[in-house]
Parts: sequence; structure tokens; C-alpha cells
Amino acid sequence: MQAVVVNNIDKTYGKVKALTDISFAVEKGELFGIIGPDGAGKTSLFRILTTLLLPSKGSAIVEGFDVVKDYKQIRKIVGYMPGRFSLYQDLSVEENLEFFATIFGTTIEENYELVKDIYTQIEPFKTRPAGKLSGGMKQKLALCCAMIHKPVILFLDEPTTGVDAVSRKEFWEMLIRLKKSGITILVSTPYMDEASLCDRVALIQNGKMLAIDKPDNIAKTFDKKLFAVKSGNNYTLLNLLKDFAKTDSVYPFGEYLHFSPSGNDFQRTELLEFLSSKGCEDVEINTQEPTIEDCFMNLMNNNS
Amino acid sequence: MRTILFILRKEFLQIKRNKAMLPIIFIMPFIQLIILVHAATFEMKHIRLHVIDKDMSSVSRELISKFSGSPFYDITSYSFSDKEGEEDLRSNKADIVLVIPEHFEKKLRKENSCEVQLIINSINAASAGLINAYTSSILLDYNVNLVAKWSVMNSSVQASTIETTYSYWYNPELNYKNYMVPGILVLLVTIIGMVLSSLNVVREKEIGTIEQINITPIRKYQFIIGKLVPFWIIAMFELAFGLTIGKLLFGIPIIGNVALLFLFASVYLLVILSIGLLISTLNNTQQQAMFITWFFMMIFIMMSGLFTPVESMPEWAQKINIINPVAYFIKTMRMVLLKGSGFGDISGLFASICTYAVIMISFATWRYRKVS
Repeated sequence: MQAVVVNNIDKTYGKVKALTDISFAVEKGELFGIIGPDGAGKTSLFRILTTLLLPSKGSAIVEGFDVVKDYKQIRKIVGYMPGRFSLYQDLSVEENLEFFATIFGTTIEENYELVKDIYTQIEPFKTRPAGKLSGGMKQKLALCCAMIHKPVILFLDEPTTGVDAVSRKEFWEMLIRLKKSGITILVSTPYMDEASLCDRVALIQNGKMLAIDKPDNIAKTFDKKLFAVKSGNNYTLLNLLKDFAKTDSVYPFGEYLHFSPSGNDFQRTELLEFLSSKGCEDVEINTQEPTIEDCFMNLMNNNS
Repeated sequence: MRTILFILRKEFLQIKRNKAMLPIIFIMPFIQLIILVHAATFEMKHIRLHVIDKDMSSVSRELISKFSGSPFYDITSYSFSDKEGEEDLRSNKADIVLVIPEHFEKKLRKENSCEVQLIINSINAASAGLINAYTSSILLDYNVNLVAKWSVMNSSVQASTIETTYSYWYNPELNYKNYMVPGILVLLVTIIGMVLSSLNVVREKEIGTIEQINITPIRKYQFIIGKLVPFWIIAMFELAFGLTIGKLLFGIPIIGNVALLFLFASVYLLVILSIGLLISTLNNTQQQAMFITWFFMMIFIMMSGLFTPVESMPEWAQKINIINPVAYFIKTMRMVLLKGSGFGDISGLFASICTYAVIMISFATWRYRKVS
């Protein structure tokens, strides 16, 4: 049995279509990433799967339970961490954890093993009000609270948004450890670099699924040549590349621009000539292995 | 059960940590009672009377003495012209002008009737009405006495007279404070209960914690109980606190059974808190909830009979009061405190408020959704 099965889900808010014909399945014990820009429909999807929102059309099964009919059973077995910090800011770390343990009908002691790794990191601040924690600490506490009742499946909605780079890395290390203990994890994120840490990812944009596969496989679907281009002034270079006749797409990626040409007969010298004719010298061009982000950009382009 | 206890504990912790709560709970009743009880009074004492006596007879003097002997009137000036009287009214030196026409006595004896004129300053309609009522009753009283006296002197005229005597029951001195304090206590308890409960769930919506609660297997009834009980306790405490202040500071009589009062209050609060909770579940921001609560509270309080008697409202307004919980409680409060009514006397009101409570709680529970 699969942990999550989603069949043709639609969600509309009045005239706005948030989700269109979404279908996918998540295996048990999988770390499944839902990747998409802001407003793609990630939160709506998570809220449907956690029984907080009713789908307009379609059905979804979580651990064998229907999200509409059996919502009571689902609520007992899922852990949900909303994108927005939503613990009691005026209660202390310890009180929050105790409160959520209790309303799930358990105690901290009973499931302490499960959250121990994470909780020990925030334990020094256990008497501090949750509202006064730093961003990373808040996320750790929220994760503890979402896990204190030993859920079999975790839904984490943008857990690393607004968290510093170090804490993000730590957070993902925690997720990978959690995964090893057998919990199915669905995580959504707008960060492409996090996608490669998932077992499988689904790319979502404007409420539509673009691709679902292993991160490596998705990267392999990139069927064009890709080059990393760099010069002294990347901004001028970007504008010049956009004017170049054979450009299919160009995006800034860190200190390089990822450039893919249209057609298979492209030669580097063509580009170099074009650029020098425009007065742009000292250009560096390397071949680039496509990353998942390149694929996503590509898919988004084809889609819109 | 353990879940409910924990929700309660959580709510109380949050109340305790909210720095504005303690002053609200302890200082608000004090200030409300002290200011409102002294200020919101309809008591008419020292009505300034201007007398224009154009008759100057023994009968007219006797009539005037009725006023000068009354604690309600101060005769501020005498004159003989309407103009002076009007001038006094205009310059706010008099509240009422009494004009006794010429040949007052003669006319009375001959025609058995004569008119006197009252000119009342009616800028404040309520006090004008009261002045009119007081003055008319004095005149009527005088009239009856006069007829009786003359019928004795002249036995050929048989006039049977009915003498009216007054005794004010349940508030013999017509002490306005005795009337106001119970009402203001109701106001206090209502404001505390309704505002706190109406802002609570909506606050959880605003800060997003309702999401975390909704995802848990917590039952609706546990949630509702967890939300109602803390404010119920606070409001009951407020009532006790306010009653103590009323007794110690204003010496209001507590004739009836206090336990009966608290029994009624406990059900009444369920109604108020459920209304608050309902408002809270229907709105998305604290601002919306606050305005809607205020809207209902204003109507409930203004129509409740706190300031103006319900009996003098038009019939449709009295009908509306059937759904006004505040009216029930004010009535009960006054009946029990001032009159010493027992359970038998308020059983009708009690049955109504119980029904109301059941309806409102069911409605609030039904409206609270764990799914959007």
C-alpha cells in the first residue's frame, strides 16, 4: 500500500483555480518533495492532504484513509507543520510541546525518543516563550510538536522558508535521519537545491504538476545543450544573450549564466563572435551538467 | 477529560501571560460601578420651581405649600408675570413654571374646576417626563383632598372620594443606586464574557494556531468546553467581585438568595459566551469580531431595561427583547436582589435562559468547523 495516493484533485477558490488535475502517489518511507514557486498551490495541496481543506474535485487517500470521509483517522496519524509558524507564541517551548502531546492523547515521555535529537537542541531554551525563539529554533520546535504523537506520515509545508542557510542544512539532516526511522515525509519547498535531497520530487506550477520523478532522472530529462557562461559584467552579458538569435533560454545561476541554445548545430565560436562584436570580451564558456533547477526553468517555460 | 484539563490550563496560562488581563478583571468593575452608578441617575431631586401666583388666595397658597413641603422641589422664585417665568426657563434658572390663574379659588368654588398651567423645560425628555409625573401627582393629590374637604363643608354635595396613598415597595426610598447597581453588574459580566470569548478563537485564526489545533484529533466539544470554561470562571468571579463592591461601597440590599442569582448567572453566561464564540468562529479578524460584538452588545444593553424601562418601549421592541439575554438577566438580578424573589418567581425566566443556552451552544458548536 502506498502512503499517499492523489487522484485528479482540483481546488478552486471562487474564480481562482489553485489546483488542476493533480495526481501522484508517494511510497511508504519516502522523502517526497513538492517543488514550486510561491503561489503554485503547494499549501492548498498540503491542506487537502491533512484534511483541513476539502478538494473541489477528485480524491486523495492517506495511509488508506480517504481525506474527506475518514478525516478523523487521518488526523490521528499525520503530523503537519504549516508554513506559517503556528504554535502558541505566549507559551514556552516546553508548554507548547506538552500541550500538543496532550491533545494528541500522549505524553512527551512516551515518544521522547522520536523527538530527542531535535528537542535536545532547543532544550536550553525550554522556558522561553515560543514567540521569542529565532527562526530556526521555531522550526525545530514546530517539527517536534508535529512529531510528538508519533505520526506515520509527516507533512512539512515550506519548513525552511525564512530560515538561515546553516539552520536549513541542519533541518534537512534531521529530515534524512527521520526518514531512516521509517516515517513517510512530504515536504514542500521553493528552494531547488533542497530538491536533490529528496527521494522523488514533484514539480508544480500554477496548480499543475509538471513532472514527478527522482531528482537525477528529472535532471536527465533536460534534452538540450547547456553552458555556463560568465564574464566581467554578467548583467550586460545577460541582456546580450537575450538578444542573441540562437538563444533558447538564459538564466542567472549564482556567478554563472546558464545558457541553452536552440538547435543542435550550435558552436561556441558563434556565441563568442557575437559577443565580441558587441564589445564583450573575456567571456568564459563551459559545458554544464543540467541540474533540476534547469529542468524546472525549462518546464516552466514550456508550460507558460 | 485530561485533554480538556490541558486546554483549560493552556487558556489560563495565556490569560495570565496577557499583561492587560489583570487590570481588566480587577479595575474595570471598580471604575464602571463607581462612575456609572453615580452618573447615570434619573433621580429627580431639587427640581427648580418657578411659581406665578396670580390669584394670591388661601387655596392657591395651600397648593404652593404642597410643593414647598416636598423634598423634590425647590421653589426658586415667585412672580406675577408669565414673562418672568419664561425668562427663568430660558436662562435655565428653573426647570418648571407653575402658573396659577387669576380667580383660581373663585372658579374652583363656582365651577368646580379650574386649570393651572405647567411649563416644563423638556430639553431632557426623560427628566421632563418625570417632572410632569411628579407634579401631576401632587396636583391630583391636592385636588382629591380639596373635593373631600368641600364635600364635608357642604353636605348637599355628595362626593365620594378615593384617597390614594403611595408606598414604594422593594426600594422604599426610591434609591436610584439600588436600581442601577444590579444593572451595571449585568453590564460588566456581559462585556467581559462576550468580548473575551468573541476575540479568542478569531485570535487563534489570526496567529494561525487554529490550523495546528484543527489537525489534531481533538473533539469539537472538548475544544468548545476549553474555550468557554475559562471565561465563564472569570465572568462569575467578576459578578462576585462586583456584588461585593456594590454591597460594601453602595450598600445595595441583597434580599434574595445569592446562590439563586449565581445559578441564573451561570446559565446566562453560557448564552453570552456562546454568542461570543459564534461571532468568533464566523469572523476572520479580531477587528471584525470586535465590531460585531459591539454592535450586538449595544442593542442588547440599550434594550435591556438597564436605563429605560422595558415597559415603556413600543410593543415591537418588547417583542425583540424575547431574544435579548441581557434583559432576562437584568430582570432576574433586580428581582432577586431588591425583591427577594425565590426560584418559583424566576422559574419562567430561568427556563427561557436555559433554552436559550442550549440553542446558542449547539449553534456555536455546529458552526465551529475543523475543515474549511
